[in-house]
Amino acid sequence: MKIVVCAKYVPDATGDRKFNADNTVDRVGVDGVLSELDEYAVEEALQIRDATDGEVVVVTVGPEVARAAVLKSLQMGADSGVHVLDEAIHGSDSAATSLILARAVERQRPDLVLCGMASTDGGMSVVPAMLAERLGLPQVTFASEVVVEDTTVRIRRDGDAATEVIEATTPLILSVTDQCNEPRYPSFKGIMAAKKKPVETLTLGDLGIAADQVGLDAAWTRVDGFTERLPKSAGTVVTDDNGSGADQLVSFLVSQKFV
Amino acid sequence: MPKDAPTPTAPLDLFAIDALLDAEEIAIRDAVRRFCDDHVRPHIADWYEKGAVPARDLAKQLAGIGLLGMHLEGYGCAGTDATSYGLACLELEAADSGIRSLVSVQGSLAMYAVYRFGSEEQKQEWLPKMAAGEAIGCFGLTEADFGSDPGGIRTRAVRYGADWVLNGTKTWITNGSIADVAVVWARTDDGIRGFVVPTDTRGFSAAEIRRKLSLRASVTSELVLDNVRLPAAAMLPAARGLAAPLTCLSEARFGIVFGSLGAARDCLETTIEYARTRRVFDKSLAAYQLTQAKLADMTLELGKGMLLALHLGRLKDAGKIRPEQVSLGKLNNTRVAIAIARECRTILAANGITMDYPVLRHANNLESVLTYEGTSEVHQLIIGQALTGESAFR
Repeated sequence: MKIVVCAKYVPDATGDRKFNADNTVDRVGVDGVLSELDEYAVEEALQIRDATDGEVVVVTVGPEVARAAVLKSLQMGADSGVHVLDEAIHGSDSAATSLILARAVERQRPDLVLCGMASTDGGMSVVPAMLAERLGLPQVTFASEVVVEDTTVRIRRDGDAATEVIEATTPLILSVTDQCNEPRYPSFKGIMAAKKKPVETLTLGDLGIAADQVGLDAAWTRVDGFTERLPKSAGTVVTDDNGSGADQLVSFLVSQKFV
Repeated sequence: MPKDAPTPTAPLDLFAIDALLDAEEIAIRDAVRRFCDDHVRPHIADWYEKGAVPARDLAKQLAGIGLLGMHLEGYGCAGTDATSYGLACLELEAADSGIRSLVSVQGSLAMYAVYRFGSEEQKQEWLPKMAAGEAIGCFGLTEADFGSDPGGIRTRAVRYGADWVLNGTKTWITNGSIADVAVVWARTDDGIRGFVVPTDTRGFSAAEIRRKLSLRASVTSELVLDNVRLPAAAMLPAARGLAAPLTCLSEARFGIVFGSLGAARDCLETTIEYARTRRVFDKSLAAYQLTQAKLADMTLELGKGMLLALHLGRLKDAGKIRPEQVSLGKLNNTRVAIAIARECRTILAANGITMDYPVLRHANNLESVLTYEGTSEVHQLIIGQALTGESAFR
């Protein structure tokens, strides 16, 4: 079974995050990582591959540094990578990203396409659905469990009110939640093997996409401005040396309109 | 702290240490750091307090990312370079010296002895299992009266037909009472030789040493060999004389050159965070000049030690390192690490003596790290001998 994982390079949530002058997220000047939620997609792909004797190809779209997302996936055990790299991609919204991904993914003729449930920076969760639409493939989102038997895939979705089990046949697009597995650490052997694995770099031209179909100018939406969240202020310590602690706590909750 | 204050820089980032590492080394370091964050740090204070560590389970988890015998080639080992091994030791010891000791003894002492001096049969039998964490190894050289003077060991191996019979007692043996296999060094008519002893051999026993105030998250044991009879094939064929076990110790020391700095880094980072949030009189402890002087001096020593460690790592990877150079690193870095841990404790004051912070735990561990694998004094003598050509050991 050939599996393609769509992996995103995102700013590290534990580091400083910045914006560019054009209101896009700075992906180059800050520390970045493979989106944590995409690690679950990589792990699920590796498990399915190992059970079906298949192949895992990781596809990412982004600037030069985004190659790190492919490398991390290769270190975890993916077989090869594709990096779509083109200056014109800068500022692409999810619609444009899904177009680029669709062209890159269809070249692989995959049986299964796996995505994370959301990116940890944009957090829109819409790319898997857009990708399915562009590729004309069925999609099941937010899978908490995936079982593959030949061309049949059984997916468990945990909703707020009920759990549903959905059966589908390949080819298929899935997004997986952070409940479906425990992503592995890259092993040292995996880390050392990764640098010998092939990574194909593609431009928009290679994918038959014109520069004006993507990027900031082609985006359907525009970020008009942003305000950075204020840093957390120090908490209030309630000192209770005369039994008034509970009263102080209640006063605080009332003042904040929590009760 | 004013709103526009610059973001604090981590001590080793001030030295731009990452600029000296390649992507693979950074990936290995990050994998170990994350492993420790997930599997060691949440439990370490409990393990330390109880003086009990689930070493066998932990060994399997450590093996999962390839930590056991990571710098050896083949036999299921990852085959990384020495610098990567050092960086892994640093991250392990940033969690706890005891966990680094578990890995050091398994990989650099027990596995390395078999890898370097063993027969092909011995390697095939033990190394894959040890790399997978299915078999734990220990290294029996030290005896009660022979620590810095291993040439005097009294454990004897005597020929009995084609077999060997071993008698003696070893002490301060890390992993001893949980080990499946012990590499035991004994005196023979042919000088000191090494033996691969399965711990289920009749006459072998191991008792854990309790009541320790240091390395409490590490198993330390005494080994008793009471007429342990072994086939001729149990001897390590290529290990002749004291140089063989000393070569193994030099391997383990190399890990300590990096590892000890991990403990120091953890203390320093903890202390900087503490000082920034702790208010004394009307401002943060970090805003006092005396605190900053301490932090700056500790950072200098940590960074210099790291540069030395990396230099020695590159020399080792080039196959050019000399034992006395490993002594330079071990002497300096254990010394600065314990000094940093103690100085950090002064900034944390009473909080520093609790298990809520890692500082005194690290300081207590470093008391052992300062003296095992060669005491500071022995390393001074090794360096002194290299400088003068005079041996002053006895």
